Amino acid sequence: MAVVLDALVQLGQMLVVLALAPLLAGYVRMVKARLLRRQGPPVVQPYRDLLRLLRKEAVLAHNASWVFRATPYLVFATTWVAAALVPTFASGLVVSAAADMIAIVALLGSARFMLALAGLDVGTSFGGIGSSREMMIASLAEPAMLMVVFTLSLLAGSTQLSSIAAFMQGPGIGLRVSLALALVGLTMVAIAENARIPVDNPATHLELTMVHEAMILEYSGRHLALIEAASHLKLLLYVSVIACVFVPWGIAASGQGFAAYLIGLTLYAVKLAAGGFLLAVFETAIAKMRVFRVSDFLGAALMLGFLATLLLFVSRVA
Amino acid sequence: MMDQLALDVAHLFAGGLVLVSFMLLYQDRMTGIVNTFALHALVVSLSVAWQAYIQHAPHLYITAAIALVVKAVVIPIALHRIIVQLGIHRTIETVVGIGVTMLGGIGLVALSIMVMLPITAEAGTLAREDLAFALSVVLLGLLMMISRRNAVSQVIGFMSIENGLILAATGAKGMPLVVEISVAFSILIALIVIGVFLFRIRERFDTVDVHALHEHRGGRP
Amino acid sequence: MALEALLWCAAALLGTSAAVVAAARHRAASASVYGVALGATVIAMVVAAWFLLADRPLADALLLPVGLPWLGAHFRLDALAAFFLLVVNLGGAAASLYGLGYGRHEEAPARVLPFFPAFLAGMNLVVLADDAFTFLFTWEFMSLSSWALVMAHHRRPGNAAAGYIYLLMASLGTLALLLAFGVLAGPAGGYAFDSMREAAPSARVSGTVLALALVGAGSKAGLVPLHVWLPLAHPAAPSHVSALMSGVMTKVAVYGFVRVVFDLLGEPSWWWGALVTLLGGVTAVMGVLYALMQHDLKRLLAYHTVENIGIIFIGLGLALAFQANAMHAAAALALTAALFHVFNHSVFKSLLFFGAGAVLVRTGERDMEQLGGLIHRMPYTAFAFLVGSAAISALPPFNGFVSEWLTFQAILLSPALPQWSLKFLVPAIGALLALSAALAAACFVKAFGVTFLGRPRSQAARDATEADAWSLAAMFVFVALCLVAGILPGYFIDALSPVTQALVGAHVPRQEELSWLMIVPIAESRSSYNGLMLFAFIVLAAWSATYVIHRWASAATRRSPPWDCGFPDASPVTQYTAGSFTQPIRRVFGSLVFRAREEVHIPPPGDMRAARLHVRLRDVPWDVLYVPTAALVGFAADHLNKMQFLTIRAYLTLVFGALVVLLMVLGIWQ
Repeated sequence: MAVVLDALVQLGQMLVVLALAPLLAGYVRMVKARLLRRQGPPVVQPYRDLLRLLRKEAVLAHNASWVFRATPYLVFATTWVAAALVPTFASGLVVSAAADMIAIVALLGSARFMLALAGLDVGTSFGGIGSSREMMIASLAEPAMLMVVFTLSLLAGSTQLSSIAAFMQGPGIGLRVSLALALVGLTMVAIAENARIPVDNPATHLELTMVHEAMILEYSGRHLALIEAASHLKLLLYVSVIACVFVPWGIAASGQGFAAYLIGLTLYAVKLAAGGFLLAVFETAIAKMRVFRVSDFLGAALMLGFLATLLLFVSRVA
Repeated sequence: MMDQLALDVAHLFAGGLVLVSFMLLYQDRMTGIVNTFALHALVVSLSVAWQAYIQHAPHLYITAAIALVVKAVVIPIALHRIIVQLGIHRTIETVVGIGVTMLGGIGLVALSIMVMLPITAEAGTLAREDLAFALSVVLLGLLMMISRRNAVSQVIGFMSIENGLILAATGAKGMPLVVEISVAFSILIALIVIGVFLFRIRERFDTVDVHALHEHRGGRP
Repeated sequence: MALEALLWCAAALLGTSAAVVAAARHRAASASVYGVALGATVIAMVVAAWFLLADRPLADALLLPVGLPWLGAHFRLDALAAFFLLVVNLGGAAASLYGLGYGRHEEAPARVLPFFPAFLAGMNLVVLADDAFTFLFTWEFMSLSSWALVMAHHRRPGNAAAGYIYLLMASLGTLALLLAFGVLAGPAGGYAFDSMREAAPSARVSGTVLALALVGAGSKAGLVPLHVWLPLAHPAAPSHVSALMSGVMTKVAVYGFVRVVFDLLGEPSWWWGALVTLLGGVTAVMGVLYALMQHDLKRLLAYHTVENIGIIFIGLGLALAFQANAMHAAAALALTAALFHVFNHSVFKSLLFFGAGAVLVRTGERDMEQLGGLIHRMPYTAFAFLVGSAAISALPPFNGFVSEWLTFQAILLSPALPQWSLKFLVPAIGALLALSAALAAACFVKAFGVTFLGRPRSQAARDATEADAWSLAAMFVFVALCLVAGILPGYFIDALSPVTQALVGAHVPRQEELSWLMIVPIAESRSSYNGLMLFAFIVLAAWSATYVIHRWASAATRRSPPWDCGFPDASPVTQYTAGSFTQPIRRVFGSLVFRAREEVHIPPPGDMRAARLHVRLRDVPWDVLYVPTAALVGFAADHLNKMQFLTIRAYLTLVFGALVVLLMVLGIWQ
């Protein structure tokens, strides 16, 4: 019986994550617009965009291969599975024993690999520019993320996100320098990976400033809808990881009853809203960096993650 | 528990100061470096104020106030005005890339941990690490001085060394106020002198780039 | 009995090699040689697998009365040898299968066919050797037969130089190993491995042997800075031989290192682990950065081998460090990670070389900048190459991810190590490992994307046809293995437990009892991974998305010219090349590591010449280590050469001088 309940919670988690992701993206867009004293699109606009795109036919270039056609489904599937592994309102998920944080980072890496290949597939220079810049950003962002994962696992004694969340909720944690450094590093990586200002502008179509948008330039119809949904899911994933690790209160443990899940869900929505608001304020307050400054930015994130890991290796209290 | 929290917060301030020192190394614009230095001084003053609170040493509050007023407000404003008057609104040129400088910074933090932790084996763990962080801030300030070609950034590096020393001194339970006042005044005087020199250098050579000055040094064949 | 069977397989290979020397030009020679090689290697692989999995505690030993009269030739089959025999013969069988198709296009069969089975036999015998003489003899035999294969197309530009450098570095390696065995044998001259195991050398002796083994085995494996021969020699050989050299011979070198350091040397010191891990980390990052700068497909793959050898040595170094601190369980984990990566790398590197070989045969081009769009002309090869690229980039659910994951778990156990330098070194190595994994993904996006995707950049690429059935069969066997080893890694980890038990005295907990086929290397509360469940979830998510969308939304597609922001662009020259793809990474990393500088020459307006972009890279180990050493040797040779032209009186003076000096030494010493 407990197994069935856990499986239902897991399924619920996957559906909640899928349902809330476009809402988060729409909310961030709305806050940015209001801060710029515009009316902005309604919060549910991303849902409308996705439905509209799903119903259209997909236009493929003459020389697009099966890699181009399969990538949106693979990218969506891997990002969705990765997002399903992050405890949002409940921990002790059935699938969490199958993959830990390193596997989540690697799943996002698979999605990025396929997307970069799809950018090169049609053989235009825009796809090339997007893919090559994306791989440069990834070559620094992924190690930075792994260093943050190392820091968290060394503290919690496990690489599983559920165990890390449970450890962070527990009493033994206190304020630690390495956690502060890990938080700063994780935020920097999250900004880079989700193609937000100052690394990339999600709203631009100027060729010299595109990274993510350039890779998906040739996609249309349901393919584009899947890729947009995947990028919304990725944003939700990163905000959830930050919430689950650094603000873990409210996550229901396994088998705590329906009321605990409801409280967890409400608190999760509050955390998402707070995270989205902070992201929107940050994006409005800062300008986009030029491309080769991004490597300094992510190099700094890597250094912070490395410093946090080093502090944990050499001392037991930092 | 309160004791542990107090020590943790002090430790967090020390780590935060190391973080802001790295931010100083990361800047590539003049105004950015001055504003980050203001943040640096703010963190130092907060740290000293916290030490005053937990050590029950009221004279440290004055030290904190001096650090806040002089270093976080007066000196940055003065530097902004010097920058405007000299007309330097440029980017800061580094000797090696920013990435390499930060890598060197990490090495220096590792070095100071490696040196400090075995030496201070008798003290409590957090105090030892605070000393290691203070030494790192000093070394990072020195790194900033040697890896920038710009005189203003070298002045700021010198002042961040001073902040690191303050962190070490207050962490080790007590530094007389008189020393602090004299130190602060010497900094102010040094700043005035350096400012005067910068004016004269710029009048003479139309630039404050240290590299350009080097070529006019006497005594070379 | 297993040992005799394996020796007979090696003998059969040697026999084939001798037999075909005369008959290489015969019509059926190629097919029969590769067929016999396939049969022998498959038999050897099955025997080795049976020995490893049957959980036999005792080793099988044999003494043949060949070789040196007072020594004989000792052969031994234990768990470590069985595992490496499995790897060697798996690679050999696949290369033979590939060669059945590829060998038909060989233009100089007399230069390739006699040496191919000899090479396979040599590698098998090295793993089975149990005394110093047999080991060194078979090691040299392996090197020389592979050198002959490298020189098979010696008239092509660059191949002769590659063979020369290979021979130099191989001789250096053998010399180092010779000295190592000499030191280990001691003044009593116990050259059999059994007597070396019994002897307990002092710390200084062991340290010397470790350094010599690192030079000897490391140069064959490709550790930086001894790697310079690898990217020259591996691409020069025919493609199936390149696969064997990169995928298998480097593993034989790893075997040599493991045998000498873990088995013959006894208890390690902690600084051994630090040195090996440091070398491994530097090798991993340098290897992948070199690979990123290449646009020759086979050279890129060869440099990538260097990176993976670095990852293996990181695992070995961690195992040494744990072992020195008596943390046997952690040492078992690190050693399992390294050995699993040995297996995985031989599988996916061979697969990638097979793909590159197919491309080379069908288009005649190795340069990626002349290829493109091959996914439409060679779809099966492209699919196999894609799987290999995904596996080598450590992406789930393939096997590369599992061995990287295990290495990361071993690194996360390292804070328990007490030595200070290890506490600073290991997190740095962890950062370097993470960096090299991310850069490897970038490298293979480039390799696959520029070669197979996009539009064809030359007529050769436009006219390519699919590879033949044998080559495809070899590739798809490895594709299946990549997936199986990624989804069901528990069985492979269990197969390695007799090896780690023999070497470090512990093994990773048995995985086969765990539910749902997951792997738990340390403890369930710490970390676990379930490749099968992850794969099932991804497939389920993708399938359900496809079904829902095709059923309720739209499944229509339409073909049209590419959008390209509205530019109608007919020329394939405007798409990204390999060099342009890596330009951001080259600028970020290359300007520091390789002093990469770009120069653009644009002719003035009105001049009809093309603009040129030059990229200048500086190979630091080559400039700092090899060029001065070569200059020194040349200088010494020139000056010593004068001794050839002395007068008779001068020679007599030399003899007299030597006699006087020796008498003085004798007098003083008494």
